[in-house]
Amino acid sequence: MGKILEVKDLSFSFCTYGGIVKAVRGVDFDVNEGEIVGIVGESGCGKSVTAQCLVRLNPEPPGFFENGSIQYKGTEIITMTDKEMRKIRGVEIGFIFQDPMTSLNPTMKIGKQIEEIFVQRNMYNKKELKEKALEILKLVGISDGERRYNQYPHELSGGMKQRVMIAIALVGNPSIIIADEPTTSLDVTIEAQILDLLRDLQKKLNTSIILITHDLGVIAKMCDRVLVMYGGKIVERGMVDDIFYNTKHPYTSGLLGSIASLETEKDEELEPIEGTPPDLFSPPAGCPFAARCEYAMEICYQAMPPEYQLADNHTTMCWLQHEYAKAIDLPCKKKLKNEVMQ
Amino acid sequence: MEDIKSSFDRSQFITVGKNSEKMESITRPNLTYWKDAWRRIKKNKVAFSGLVILIIYVVLAIFGPIISQYGYNDIDSSRMNQFISSSHWFGTDELGRDLWTRVWRGARVSLAIGFISTILNTVIGGLVGGISGYYGGALDSVLMRIIDILYGIPYLIVAILVMVVLGTGITSLIVAMVIVGWIGTARFVRGEVLRLKEQDFIAAAKVLGVSDLTIIVKHIIPNVMGLIITNLTMAVPKAIFNEAFLSYIGLGIAPPECSWGILAKSGVKMLRIYPYQLFIPSFFICTTMLALNLLGDGLRDALDPRLRGTE
Amino acid sequence: MRKYIFKRVIISFVTIWVLATIVFILVRLMPGDPFSSDKMTPEIKANIESYYGFDKPLIEQYFTYMKNIVKGDFGYSMKYVNQSVNKIIADSFPYSFDLGMRALSLSISLGLVFGIIAALYRGKQLDYVCVIIAIIGTSVPDFIIGAMLQYFFGIKWGLFPVAQYQGIKHTILPSIALGFYTMAMVSRLMRASMLEVVQQDYIKTAKSKGISKFRITYKHQIRNAIMPVVTVLGPTVASVLTGTFVIESIYAIPGMGKYYVQSVQNLDYSLILGMTIFYGAFLVLANMIVDILYGVIDPRIRVSGR
Repeated sequence: MGKILEVKDLSFSFCTYGGIVKAVRGVDFDVNEGEIVGIVGESGCGKSVTAQCLVRLNPEPPGFFENGSIQYKGTEIITMTDKEMRKIRGVEIGFIFQDPMTSLNPTMKIGKQIEEIFVQRNMYNKKELKEKALEILKLVGISDGERRYNQYPHELSGGMKQRVMIAIALVGNPSIIIADEPTTSLDVTIEAQILDLLRDLQKKLNTSIILITHDLGVIAKMCDRVLVMYGGKIVERGMVDDIFYNTKHPYTSGLLGSIASLETEKDEELEPIEGTPPDLFSPPAGCPFAARCEYAMEICYQAMPPEYQLADNHTTMCWLQHEYAKAIDLPCKKKLKNEVMQ
Repeated sequence: MEDIKSSFDRSQFITVGKNSEKMESITRPNLTYWKDAWRRIKKNKVAFSGLVILIIYVVLAIFGPIISQYGYNDIDSSRMNQFISSSHWFGTDELGRDLWTRVWRGARVSLAIGFISTILNTVIGGLVGGISGYYGGALDSVLMRIIDILYGIPYLIVAILVMVVLGTGITSLIVAMVIVGWIGTARFVRGEVLRLKEQDFIAAAKVLGVSDLTIIVKHIIPNVMGLIITNLTMAVPKAIFNEAFLSYIGLGIAPPECSWGILAKSGVKMLRIYPYQLFIPSFFICTTMLALNLLGDGLRDALDPRLRGTE
Repeated sequence: MRKYIFKRVIISFVTIWVLATIVFILVRLMPGDPFSSDKMTPEIKANIESYYGFDKPLIEQYFTYMKNIVKGDFGYSMKYVNQSVNKIIADSFPYSFDLGMRALSLSISLGLVFGIIAALYRGKQLDYVCVIIAIIGTSVPDFIIGAMLQYFFGIKWGLFPVAQYQGIKHTILPSIALGFYTMAMVSRLMRASMLEVVQQDYIKTAKSKGISKFRITYKHQIRNAIMPVVTVLGPTVASVLTGTFVIESIYAIPGMGKYYVQSVQNLDYSLILGMTIFYGAFLVLANMIVDILYGVIDPRIRVSGR
């Protein structure tokens, strides 16, 4: 399992009226071949911006890279020209967007939208192109591909459209697929189908997936490793088990406390995290979560915590790990005997 | 790790808990809708200069004819077709009438027709469209079928026919323009109201038991106001345009009364010999249209809530 | 799709019928007795009165009138003695149609090009140039543009014929004058629409596929941005058509517009009526064709037939 993507100290900001919004503030992570990495966080925490940075889909300007590097198989993405970037998009890194309703061109046939990746690269002739498209439609579970090929997006259901989006992301046979909240706008039943499909395809094709979501349930079902983002930073990272059963950041703990599961007792109350995320227009000097954290200490308001290494793959950015701090046992998920992490 | 340990004090590690003040803090400048709109208009130099030009013209239309020593219809065969001079600032026309006086007299008539007919259109169209959109049902379907059909009829042609029936004059011009003009406003206001009505904040207000009147006054009107104002600004130049057109083909304002359309018409007649007689009124017609269009563009950008917060 | 076309056709015919009825009512309301003017010889007056059946009850008059319209028979002019309205229309319409088509094709193609360029170079100098042309175009009435072009290019510099309509060279100035406003409007609309489309999610999808900027612009952006422009083509035809009224009289072109303005000035009622209904029907049908065309190019309407 080699590293195929390495992100170091990535900072990305937007110029707006009145000043600069620091959307991503120093993010490090990497992605190995064939693994599913989840990025979880509330809306506005910078997870989508991070994802779009990887293929440079954020509008630049007003957005710009303040710092950092993104290395894809050893080549730097940040300094690439538009032309070089085009060779990465689609064939090296595929992207699945959040809303399949608006992400397909309403005036272009489904088949054409799938084939488009190859059209400019002159890779296949017309007949081969169609075969390619039909093949991928079949792969994403669209049975009557021949008919769908000639239809327009508005003739398809939401789940069907998301399958087409996945087909578009997959057809160039990329090494990494970035899925930005791929199921957020779908019904729960369809969501399960789409997630199953993504995982099956991932196994079959040995693609890496970066899965962005605000839903820890999706993370539990899909991912190997998890990055928890808050206020433009990765506040905790680890294997799925670490995050769920050995939580070391109050924010992650809060996220876990605010979701219901089948084990939740009838009279057990869900605990929401009070307040809203910090405005990244002028982020606080200390820990971004301090104001909403019941364990917050003086220091949390004053200085940004360093990243503490807890285990091989488990780190957290929290002053509670400091030796002066009182030892606190953060609430997390209790491991049940018969439960198997997927 | 070593220096981190050394640079901190144990007292900093006492739990203080949440800070409910900072928890919800929003650090962006706080602006109301109208304040934001006014800021944008002021910042938009082009739109603002449109507003300034317009104000200057309105002032000149009021006082221009007064400060002149000639009446707008004083015919004097001894001073026909004179070029610009100290006694006739814009020259005289084929009948020796002072063009400065006539241009501002014409501005009064044209601007008055433009504004009055547009405001009437907006009020009538807004009421019909608003009621039809808000209450919906059978009334709405009937009104909309009628409007759909009327909308298909080319409005200038109807205006021409109405003018033939009513005869020339300022009142009949306004009547003709209102008869054909309210339909467009009604269509557009209805569409806006329908769109708003389906939004959740209206549903929320209804669930809370807010009366229809309060919903209309507090929620619907403030939200369509921006669009209506923009639409109004864009419609005034069209109305002035139509007045000029109708007067040009001999149906709008009848001499001796004068308007910009009449001035342009007699200017075109004299174009080959005395081109200034067309150029001067044309300049004021065009700059007025320009000012209104620029102001309208600026208002549209300033009042569009979707564009708030962006540059 | 068939249902959609059917609906459009029905609405169009109802519209024409309503227009004809309005015209019928307005004629009864016209000041004085429209058919007793000193321009008329007694025999024409008798001719017209029997034609419209003035001695009969109103309902019967209405049916006679409708029957004549359906037959396409508009009666006789009061000014041009013994000329039928049909003949005047048949003689003059080709000029107007030719001029209108030239102005339309010129203005729509240039308008689209300017709008696209302005949007692609947003905030750059080229954008400002296009925007300024567009703002001037929507601020200058067509009779002023027509007169100015005629004065400078025709009279002062002698580059083009001053008036008449006899060859290609004669058509240039009036076509520009007539199409200028429409060109400006189309370019403004296209620019706004392009800028709207570029923010859509599917443009991001297209980008994520790694296709070239040119292809994104051409296949995704323009193709979708053009839709709202097509919807205004109907009103555009109307504005070009009413523009012919003044342009034709400025350039002394023997088209319908010139006759229409003259008939209005002479109060030639039967010519006004005939031409109004002809114009109205023409515009309603043009609108209908545009709507159907829109249905053909927009797959969302084509398939669902809404």
